[in-house]
Amino acid sequence: MRTCCAVLAFLLASVAAAQTPATGNVQRGKEMYLKYSCYACHGYDGHGGAGARLVPLSMTVTRFTAYVHNPRRMPPYTEKVLTDAQLADLFAYIKSLPASPSADQIPLLSRIIAAGK
Amino acid sequence: MGAAALATRSAPELGAAQVPSGARPAPPAAPDSAQLRADTEPPPRSASPRLVEKPASDFMVDVIKSLGIEYVAANPGSSFEGLHESIINYGENRNPELLTCCHEESSVAMAHGYAKIEGKPMLALVHGNIGLQHASMAIYNAYADRVPVIVVAGNWRDAGTRNNGVNSYHSAQDMAVIVRDYVKWDDEPASLPAYAESAVRAYKIAMTPPMEPVLLVVDHDLQLRPMAAAPKIPRLVMPSPPAGEWSAVREAARLLVAAENPRINAGRMARTPNGVTLLVELAELLQAAVNGGGDRVNFPSRHPLAGPGSGAADVLLNLEVQGGGGPGGAAGARAPDAKTINISSLGLFIKSNLQDFQHMADADVDIAADAEATLPMLIEEVKRQLTADRRRALQDRGAKLAGAHREARVQAMETAAFGWDSSPISLARLSAELWDQIRTEDWSLVSWQGFVSGWPGRLWNFDKHYRYIGGQGAGAMGYGAPAAVGAALANRKHGRLSINIQTDGDLNYAPGVLWTACHHQIPLLTVMHNNRAYHQEVMFVQQMASERNRGADRAHIGTTLREPDIDYAKMAQAYGMYGEGPIAQAKDLAPAIKRALDRVKRGEPALLDVITQPR
Repeated sequence: MRTCCAVLAFLLASVAAAQTPATGNVQRGKEMYLKYSCYACHGYDGHGGAGARLVPLSMTVTRFTAYVHNPRRMPPYTEKVLTDAQLADLFAYIKSLPASPSADQIPLLSRIIAAGK
Repeated sequence: MGAAALATRSAPELGAAQVPSGARPAPPAAPDSAQLRADTEPPPRSASPRLVEKPASDFMVDVIKSLGIEYVAANPGSSFEGLHESIINYGENRNPELLTCCHEESSVAMAHGYAKIEGKPMLALVHGNIGLQHASMAIYNAYADRVPVIVVAGNWRDAGTRNNGVNSYHSAQDMAVIVRDYVKWDDEPASLPAYAESAVRAYKIAMTPPMEPVLLVVDHDLQLRPMAAAPKIPRLVMPSPPAGEWSAVREAARLLVAAENPRINAGRMARTPNGVTLLVELAELLQAAVNGGGDRVNFPSRHPLAGPGSGAADVLLNLEVQGGGGPGGAAGARAPDAKTINISSLGLFIKSNLQDFQHMADADVDIAADAEATLPMLIEEVKRQLTADRRRALQDRGAKLAGAHREARVQAMETAAFGWDSSPISLARLSAELWDQIRTEDWSLVSWQGFVSGWPGRLWNFDKHYRYIGGQGAGAMGYGAPAAVGAALANRKHGRLSINIQTDGDLNYAPGVLWTACHHQIPLLTVMHNNRAYHQEVMFVQQMASERNRGADRAHIGTTLREPDIDYAKMAQAYGMYGEGPIAQAKDLAPAIKRALDRVKRGEPALLDVITQPR
């Protein structure tokens, strides 16, 4: 039962996060994403690479801002370097990036899985 | 202008250029007319009218032929002109065939790639001093990668007869010292009998595990000397590789058979296809997870036991794994009281200066021997110690590992879908599109997959030893393109389709090897991983700036290859190669791959410039 509650809480949080309005400016966020080389680890499309996958982003802008200022697994970008307003722009841009199809929706990947070799 | 780079100042002029500190240096003195003639005009007629129809360098070619050497890679240099002429005329340019290279680093890296496919060395002929220094980085890569290459350098050994100018600039009292820290053995034979013995010895030393490059310095005047009677060529008999001692192997088997969660880590283990066969047999006996490593195909990537396993390992078997403990030790969880068995030939040969040997291995059983040569003994001993009950118990473990392997494959497919339609093109998409068109061919990946996030290893089926050749060795750029050409050369006679996923930064070190591939009609598909950067360094500088609280908005300075963007399709075309691109849209990739593959299947090299995600 506790597990079910935890899953439910997670789902509600995810839905809430997905519905968090992005108040930043997408175009300015894109410029920041490139200027600050976010793409270097997260890819130009936010789908990862050397760093974590950002799309879909399951954080609120508040959590996103707090994390980038004081992260656990990436270099820090403090308020001195990236202001909260700039991070809101970045957040808005990342939120605007399209999600990927799943593997079973991609014929080529389905063929590779089916072939087994 | 090749390796015989011109020297336009004589030694006295160089001395004159050394001015007191603070004084404005005088402009370089112009070369005198005698110097200029020596450096730029055809060689003077010999003082003696006597023809030399049986030069000593013909015998040198006989020795090279006796070793079964197929190719000699060289950028021309006058210090080995005698040997050059003998190879192409006396030797009829067959076994060995001379390969025209545009840089000595390319010559040695080609030999490096060739050896990883063919399992034996080819020669790299380099000019005295300057050619050897050009080659030195590639020699260090081969050394760190435990790959046999025979380097031959020319020299004008006798200061009493050598000319001023280039001949002196390209001569040395002890030339091998330039690379002695990273060749296994070197010699400068003073006579033909000594040359014959040294060449055969060099081959044996290079090919005995741990395999390494070797260097022969060959005197220019010895090459030109008339030969009366050919000396005897020593018979090449390869020594058996060093294998483990029985009692240590028995103890290793005891630990492995008793282990509840063993893991096998394989580094530069499989020297031959048989190494893969042996490791499969051992892993299946033990039902142990095998981390196949990234330096060779040691274990089939689709084998159910392939992978890191799960949980903390209680016994680790490291096969030719370099370095242990210390920062950045071997990946994978291990129990606090885990036992470690090391089987490695590296302990038999370590030099002092360069630190490629890394941290000492933390071992409970340390077997100083070649792992591939030791595996038959270990397999026999494991079979002897395994009871029927133990075998049944191990089957359960194997079933769990197979499940984890399947799960990892499914997860890889899910991850491959991320950014599937993105522009620039994702490396997973690039690898999947390539795989779709080569999987029914007899293919060979002749480039390192570290810079492409290991996607070929996750999506393709590395089921044979030649499917993948691993990386640079010492991590030096400039290896990728020439090693791919060398490996493709070795694959050519086997009719294999060679694929090179080529990083842009690497290609720019010495792109002339594209011409070599065209000139010698070496079929090879090169697909650019063009992320327009030395991308690893972008991330390093970005992290450094962030940790200093300075932001990362200048991390591109000194690390990226933009403004202007480099047009690799045109670069390929300039060297005479089919080139297409830039390709930035994923939907355009498959048809472009097909067009380029059609060229490669007709026996020529081709290049696709693909604009890619960074990693």
